[in-house]
Amino acid sequence: MKKLILAFALSIAALAPSAAFAAGPSVPVDKANNDLSDKESLKRGFQTYINYCLGCHQLQYQRYNRTFTDLGIEEADGVENYMYTGEKSGDHITNTMPKKDAAKWFGTAPPDLTLIARLKSPDYIYTYLRTFYIDESRPFGVNNTTFKDVGMPHVLQDLQGIQVKVVDKPAIAADPENGIKAQAEVSHLEPARGGTLTTEEYDDLVRDLTNFLEYVGEPNKLERKSLGYWVIAFLFFFFIIAYLLKKEYWKDVH
Amino acid sequence: MLTKLVTDLMGWVDKRLPVTEAWNKHVGQYPAPKNFNFWYFFGSLAMLVLVNQILTGVWLTMNYEPSGDGAFASIEYIMRDVDYGWLLRYMHSTGASAFFVVVYLHMMRGLMYGSYQKPRELLWIFGMLIYLVLMAEAFMGYLLPWGNMSFWGAQVIISLFGAIPIVGEDLATWIKGDYVISGATLNRFFALHVIALPLVLVILVFLHILALHEVGSNNPEGVETKKPKGSVKPEELSKFKFHESYTKKYDIVDSIPFHPYYSVKDIMGVAGFLILFCWVMFFFPEGGGYFIEAPNFTPANGLKTPEHIAPVWYFGPFYTILRVVPDKLGGMLLMFAAIGMLFALPWFDRGTVKSVRFRSKWHLANLIQFAICFIILGILGTMPATPIANLIGVITTCGYFGFFIALWFYSKNENTKPVPERVSH
Repeated sequence: MKKLILAFALSIAALAPSAAFAAGPSVPVDKANNDLSDKESLKRGFQTYINYCLGCHQLQYQRYNRTFTDLGIEEADGVENYMYTGEKSGDHITNTMPKKDAAKWFGTAPPDLTLIARLKSPDYIYTYLRTFYIDESRPFGVNNTTFKDVGMPHVLQDLQGIQVKVVDKPAIAADPENGIKAQAEVSHLEPARGGTLTTEEYDDLVRDLTNFLEYVGEPNKLERKSLGYWVIAFLFFFFIIAYLLKKEYWKDVH
Repeated sequence: MLTKLVTDLMGWVDKRLPVTEAWNKHVGQYPAPKNFNFWYFFGSLAMLVLVNQILTGVWLTMNYEPSGDGAFASIEYIMRDVDYGWLLRYMHSTGASAFFVVVYLHMMRGLMYGSYQKPRELLWIFGMLIYLVLMAEAFMGYLLPWGNMSFWGAQVIISLFGAIPIVGEDLATWIKGDYVISGATLNRFFALHVIALPLVLVILVFLHILALHEVGSNNPEGVETKKPKGSVKPEELSKFKFHESYTKKYDIVDSIPFHPYYSVKDIMGVAGFLILFCWVMFFFPEGGGYFIEAPNFTPANGLKTPEHIAPVWYFGPFYTILRVVPDKLGGMLLMFAAIGMLFALPWFDRGTVKSVRFRSKWHLANLIQFAICFIILGILGTMPATPIANLIGVITTCGYFGFFIALWFYSKNENTKPVPERVSH
C-alpha cells in the first residue's frame, strides 16, 4: 500500500513542473519587488494614479474612503488631496470619460484597472510602464516592447523621457524551403532622455504605482495572510487535540 | 431533574419519530470495519466540503446579483464591501477545487480496494451520479462570476451540444436560452446552481449513504466483516454492541461502532484536511491560476477571446479526451464514453477478490497506469493543444480506456493471492 501511495506521490511530483508551462506565451518581465505593507509607497502610488491614470482608467470597484482607511489617510486629508471632482468620499473611483468616444480616440476604450494586477501580475505592470519607446509609425508616436502596438500614449513621458529601441538582430521570417527557422527580433532600449526624473527615480515611481495597483486588486490581501497564520496555527493545535482524543478512544479497539 | 426532562422529551419524540433508532442504526451502533486507513478519510471530507459549499453558497447568494450587467461587479462588491465577503468567496472557490480533490481520492480508494464490486454496485452507481451532478454543478457555478474565462469556458462546452446531429444547434440554443451566452444563460445557470442541482446532490448523497449502510462498508483488505448468521464462534464476535438490524441477519466480526470510534478519527482527518485547505485558501486562493483563472479578473466579453481557453483543472482529463479526437461529435462521444466506463466498472471487473493487496501484479500495474494516465490527461487539459501534447493525449486516452478493457480480460482468471478469512489490524 505504501508503495502505491509513493508511486502516486512521485508521479504527481514528476508531472508538476510541466504544469507550470500551462500559462501560455508571455513576455519576459522584470521583478517589481514592491511591498504591500509600505503605506508611504502606496500613498505615492495612489497620488501618481490620481494625477496620471485616473483621467482615462477608472477603478470602478474601489471606493475612495476604503482606500483612505487602508492607506492610513485621514478622511479630510484624503478629500482635500486626492479627490478633485467633487465626489463623495464613499464613491467609487471613477472618471467621466465617455466610453464610446474613448473607443474612437484610442481604438479601444481604456480598461478599468481595479483588477489589472490580478489579471496581468504586478511584475507585468512594472515592466510595461518602463518599456515605452519612440515609434513614429504609431498614432501617439510611441510603442511598447511589453505590449506591442498598444493603443495608449506614454502618459509618463514627461517624467521618464523617451527611450529608443535599438535592434541588435532583426527578426527572421520562417522559410521552410531553404531550411530557415523563424527567429524573434533581438533588441534593447537605450536609456531614456529628456525626462525630469532619473532612471532610478522613475523606476521607484513605477514601483509605487505598481504597489498601489496590487493593493487595489485585492484590498484584503494583507489581512487575508495575517488571518491565515492564526487560523493555521489554531488548526495545528486542534489537530493535536483531535489526535490525542482519537488515541484515547481507540485504546479499547484491538 | 434536567436529565429526566431530556429523557422524557426524547421519549416523546421517539414515539412520534424514530430519532434514537435512526441514530443508533446509522451512527451509534453502525458496524464499521476496524481497519480503515488513510484513504477512508475522504468520504467524510467530501461531506464536509459539501456542507462548506452549501453554507458559504447561501451567504454569497445574499450579495450576488445574477445578471449580465451586475454579476461581475457584485463579486467585487463581495470581495471589498461585504464584511468577510472575501473569506466566503475564497472558501467557496477553493472549496470547489477541494471537492474534486477529495472526490477523486475517494474514487481512487474504491478502485484500489474493490469497493465497487458485488454487492456494492448500486453504491458505486450512486457515487458516480454524485460525481456527474457535481461536474454539472461546478460547470454552472463557474459561469456565475461572469469573468471572461467563465464566458468562454461555457461557450466551448455548450457549443459541444451543437455537434449532435439534427437537434444539436437547437439544443445548444435551448440550453443558453439565447442565441449567444448572455444574461439569460447566467440566470438559468444561477437557478440550477443554487437550487436544482444542490437539491439533487443532497438527495443522492443521502441515497449513497443509505446504500452503504445496507451493504456495509468495505475495507482495505476487501474481506467481508459481516459473516453468515451462526458461522462465527461467540467468542470471536465483535465485543461491541451493534444495532439489531445488523446482528439479526449477520455475525459481525472485526468491527467497531462508527460513533465514537470513527467520528473521533474523522475529526482528526478534518483537522488535517483543514490545515491544507486553509493554507491554500489564505495564501494561494487563486491556486496558481488553476482555481481562479487570470482571465476571470476581467468581465465577460464576447468579442475578446482569452489567449488560451482552458477548463478548470478538474475537467482536464475529460477535456483532453474530447480534444484528442479530431471530430467534434466523435470527441464528445468519447468523453461521455470515458465517464460511462466508470459507471460500468463493477461489470468490467469479473474478479471476486476485491483488494489490490490480494490481487495480481497485473492489476496493481494496471491501477497505477490508470492513475498516472488520469493525472497526465488532467494536466494536458489545462495546456494549449500542441502536436506533442496531442500525441501524449492519445497515448494516455488509450491508457484510460485500456484500464477497463484489460481489467475485463484478466479479471476472469486472475492469479490472486489467498484472501484471509478475517481482516488483520
